[in-house]
Amino acid sequence: MHRFLLAVLRRDLTLAARRRGDWLIAQFFFVMVASLFPLGVGPEPEMLARIGPGVLWVAATLASLLSLTRLFADDHHDGSLEHMVLSPEPTVLLVLGKSIAHWLIYGVPLLLIAPVLGIQFHLSWEAIMVLELSLLLGTPILSLLGSVGAALTLGLRGGGVLLTLLILPLYIPALIFGAGAVDGVMAGTGAEAHLSLLGAFMVLSLMIAPWIAAAALRVSLE
Amino acid sequence: MPDALLSVHDLACARGERLLFKGMNFGLGKGELLLVQGGNGQGKTSLLRLLTGLARPEEGEVRWRGESIRRVGEAYHGEMCYLGHANGVKDDLNPVENLRFADGMHGRAFDQTRAVATLERLGLSRCLDLPCRVLSFGQRRRVALAALLLAGATLWILDEPLTGLDVHAVVLMEGLIRNHLTAGGMVVATTHQALNLDGVAVQRLLVGNVAIPALM
Amino acid sequence: MNLYTYASPANFYVLAGKLIPWFSWGAGLLAVWGLYISFFLAPTDFQQSEAYRIIFIHVPAAWMSMFIYLVMAFWGAIGLAFNTRLSFMMARALAPTGALFTFIALWTGALWGKPMWGAWWVWDARLTSELILLFLYVGIIALWAAIDDVRRGDRAGSLLTLIGAINVPIIYFSVKWWNTLHQGSSINLMKAPSMAAIMLQGMLVMAIAAWFYTIAVALVRVRRIILERERQTDWAKAILENE
Repeated sequence: MHRFLLAVLRRDLTLAARRRGDWLIAQFFFVMVASLFPLGVGPEPEMLARIGPGVLWVAATLASLLSLTRLFADDHHDGSLEHMVLSPEPTVLLVLGKSIAHWLIYGVPLLLIAPVLGIQFHLSWEAIMVLELSLLLGTPILSLLGSVGAALTLGLRGGGVLLTLLILPLYIPALIFGAGAVDGVMAGTGAEAHLSLLGAFMVLSLMIAPWIAAAALRVSLE
Repeated sequence: MPDALLSVHDLACARGERLLFKGMNFGLGKGELLLVQGGNGQGKTSLLRLLTGLARPEEGEVRWRGESIRRVGEAYHGEMCYLGHANGVKDDLNPVENLRFADGMHGRAFDQTRAVATLERLGLSRCLDLPCRVLSFGQRRRVALAALLLAGATLWILDEPLTGLDVHAVVLMEGLIRNHLTAGGMVVATTHQALNLDGVAVQRLLVGNVAIPALM
Repeated sequence: MNLYTYASPANFYVLAGKLIPWFSWGAGLLAVWGLYISFFLAPTDFQQSEAYRIIFIHVPAAWMSMFIYLVMAFWGAIGLAFNTRLSFMMARALAPTGALFTFIALWTGALWGKPMWGAWWVWDARLTSELILLFLYVGIIALWAAIDDVRRGDRAGSLLTLIGAINVPIIYFSVKWWNTLHQGSSINLMKAPSMAAIMLQGMLVMAIAAWFYTIAVALVRVRRIILERERQTDWAKAILENE
């Protein structure tokens, strides 16, 4: 069972390593969206520190959506998705493996870039640490819930826009708890409550989303 | 059909709102080949997808060793290998890597020498290091066939396996099917082209209602 | 009467046809009664004067918007579990009405907010959740619209409704929490401490009227969906030719 999971992971990581262009685009998108805000609202440090956590979190959700459209689409296009669904292992594991791979490829780099953007937004070190923690707990949610949307919209015309419409409302709790944690530490009320709720939401997504995504994938392949 | 491993019971299939066929019954035992025939859009591919379990029948069921494939699911997938219109070959990987990951997906240990030997047998010895992106359609089809051979499945479900293959490859494919059947395997295939399969028990199934001339 | 008989679209079509007039008249009469209570019997609120009367529409609409979503999730789950075609049709028939009530709740909420809070929109927990609920309805309807294959559309829509139904309470509580953190509890929709019994009665009557209306409209829509999907069958052809 875990061998299959590892095989899926290794496969997706290898494929991503061969196509670094796509990967770079997603990271640049994140940086670019975040950098537009100071240009829009002005460079006052207090204002930027105030909106920083929210902006970075919104940018992270958008960046993950950008790459999610292709989570199953490429494999669907060349037929390898059917082969994987027809493997003797449960489809849930396939979806879980692909979600984890998506998180490693597109989620973890956000963790590495976020501190730099945090400095741009004049966040304190303490706030940046909490931002990192919240992204660590929150970005897996984006990949897990996103896999449901990617499976539902597989092969549809305008699937990318539709995916955004379907999945963004579901991201709202992650956004609230994630950005709230950083706000909390800046306001001095502490981040523990936010982070535990974010963690709970992550565990819940981990338990439910792969099942629904697997069912959706089978429906879309019919 | 007492010894049929694969059997189909009162199967009905619809695409959209159009009923493609209904009340279909057949059984397939060890060493038997079923050729599915019919014109375009009559439901050949749909039937094959029903047999794999990818699609859900409108009525009736497909059974493997007497049990509905909906129930046995993954155990059935371990004994079945499907080759559809798309090859399932990743363009960014070379043929050997493709086979490695195909093995990984099926929970088998990868045997490099055997994989290379199979690829060479299929005439791909000069393409082993090239990404599949640069291979021709026929060559990619051969990579997919190598994956089929390495899967070691009892039942092959092949959708137009000869498409894009040259004369040599067609002969090769006929040989592969014959060997598979003599070794006790089973094949369900659709094809527009004539297959030269002497000494093989061939069942024919006409899907849809358009009569087609006998092909061989 | 065997309930199972009515799980077949052909029988349900006939049954629905018989039920529609009852629910339509019921909805109409109840609405008249409810509006009479709201506008003539209910006393004028001494804080909010006459403007508060909009809650007789706002509150039932908000109730219905959430309730219909749950009913859709229920039908979707039944359809996925037992593969009953009619359940999917019910889910599809309900969605537009659910979205309509969500929209009415938002609209009347804004109208009520202006005299009460001096702003058309406040990021109150309830209003924000309603807005997100509208997004979910729109998403489901858009997904149905994008999928041509009826069977795939039914199942995909139901799966989305289900994950939404799991998520709606989480969204509601997260928004509520976010709201208290950012605004304190200075704003509370339900601050009338002792609602007059006649007001509660008015709201309930309006809610039941909305419920009857929903059933009637959903039945009309489900009949249309049944005819469309069964137009190949003999009974549907007979009906289509007679009309």
